Amino acid sequence: MDHRPQAWGRPRDDVYGAYDHSYLQNSGPKQATQAPIVTGTSVIAMKYKDGVVMAADNLASYGSLARFPDVKRLRVFLDSSVVGFSGDVSDMQFLDRHLTDLSIDEAYEDPSCTAAPNGKGHLNAANLHKYLQKLLYKRRNDFDPLWNQLLIAGFDGHSKPYLASVDLRGTSFTSPSLATGFGSALAQPIMRRYAETEEDAAKLTREQAVEVIKECMKVLYYRDARSLDRYSIAVVTKDGVELKEDEQLEKQSWAFAERIKGYGTQTV
Amino acid sequence: MAAMFSQNPLMNGPNYSFNDAPRTAAPEGARQHRFDPYTDNGGSTLAIAGADFTIMAGDTRLTSGYSINSRYHPKLFKIGGTTADQKDATIVLSVVGFAADGEALKERLDAICKMYRYRHGKPMSVKACAQRLSTILYQKRFFPYYVYAILGGLDEEGKGAVYSYDPVGSYEREQCRAGGAAASLIMPFLDNQVNFKNQYEPGSGVGHALQERERKPLTRSEGEVLVKDAFDGAVERHIEVGDGLQMMVITKDGIEEVLLPLKKD
Repeated sequence: MDHRPQAWGRPRDDVYGAYDHSYLQNSGPKQATQAPIVTGTSVIAMKYKDGVVMAADNLASYGSLARFPDVKRLRVFLDSSVVGFSGDVSDMQFLDRHLTDLSIDEAYEDPSCTAAPNGKGHLNAANLHKYLQKLLYKRRNDFDPLWNQLLIAGFDGHSKPYLASVDLRGTSFTSPSLATGFGSALAQPIMRRYAETEEDAAKLTREQAVEVIKECMKVLYYRDARSLDRYSIAVVTKDGVELKEDEQLEKQSWAFAERIKGYGTQTV
Repeated sequence: MAAMFSQNPLMNGPNYSFNDAPRTAAPEGARQHRFDPYTDNGGSTLAIAGADFTIMAGDTRLTSGYSINSRYHPKLFKIGGTTADQKDATIVLSVVGFAADGEALKERLDAICKMYRYRHGKPMSVKACAQRLSTILYQKRFFPYYVYAILGGLDEEGKGAVYSYDPVGSYEREQCRAGGAAASLIMPFLDNQVNFKNQYEPGSGVGHALQERERKPLTRSEGEVLVKDAFDGAVERHIEVGDGLQMMVITKDGIEEVLLPLKKD
């Protein structure tokens, strides 16, 4: 028995020759994320009269494998904003740790910021969005991107509902409703039926907005193969964030399917 | 990246500005996924210089591929005011191409103009700002800001000034310029309607005897109508242009901003 742990589990020197330790060294060029590995699918969100609703399912996929079915992809920031992550889950976890550090720093600077969510001089959703945009754009400039598209919901400096997106290249934009990934094709048209303009969104009640978001999550579960029927939903209001992380899709029905004709296996 | 500098659709094939051509088949397993730091967010911009004003315009659609990301994403920015709301700005920058680079470029130029104002106690002239913008763009010659920028303002004599750029900083002062996705649709229209190209005095002769129509600067209302017509035409023929028309008119009294609707389809 070889008592040196360094040698355990390695090919025997007397049989295979001396072990080549250069394989353990990490002296080559720096490896950046070249492709997302474990991924989260769509995040959807829309503004309403006095806040924003956001939802994302609880699945982290490994390619086509439904690998982690209980991963929360909505994150509350300083009790006043929500960040929704789609794309690479490890990069999401990196950003999550980073945002935790940031919120701790903020709390030291101004202890009142955690007590009063919309107090003046406190990092609001618009500030957070700008921060994340700069961070993601910096990483793309370094050719070391964080492979995510984020939605940021909360309130801006004028206490108006705020919703914006940033992606791995630092491209950012705002809209009354936003969706990432598959959601931009499946959910966005449904949401735009109710909130085409800022004025339309400002007429929606909380109940209506939540209803639309739930309907969109159902459509996504029907047609997005990398989705799950358990999801998180967050409602951001002036009083803070109400986050439910283990919701179940309700009232699913494939009854509409028999009316669909003209594609797939059906020929008539 | 050569295609990036080409505004000629024939060089890229008769397609849209994003790449939807089928990928050349690579052997399975040999596929290397490389990060592409650029995308094209579509949209179009336009600027016309008048005798004592400059009109800058851009649509407000932001696209990625066939998706409309936002119906209101401004491409026009006031530059070099003393405050965040840019109330006392005298220069307007329009950027079109890759939106994230456009944003970064705008913020850098704005910061530089603000620093100039604090150091010298006067706003930067358009001429100086135009040269500085060229330098900023050329500094990133080997990892360019993928944007077609146009800078507008009034020169030292109070005349309208339009400076147009390519992504690596080549620039030129012009009477008018269109940039972005529908530049190739709008620019010929502008040549004809602003610089009266291919317009001749009726009955002035044939061949070389033909006399060109006399060029005279547009009035402000003529310019504004021209801008609206140019964009209505572009919206009809280019899928990446539409939703809203943001227009800024720079005069000696300041900058007026107008927002007009465009087709949303």
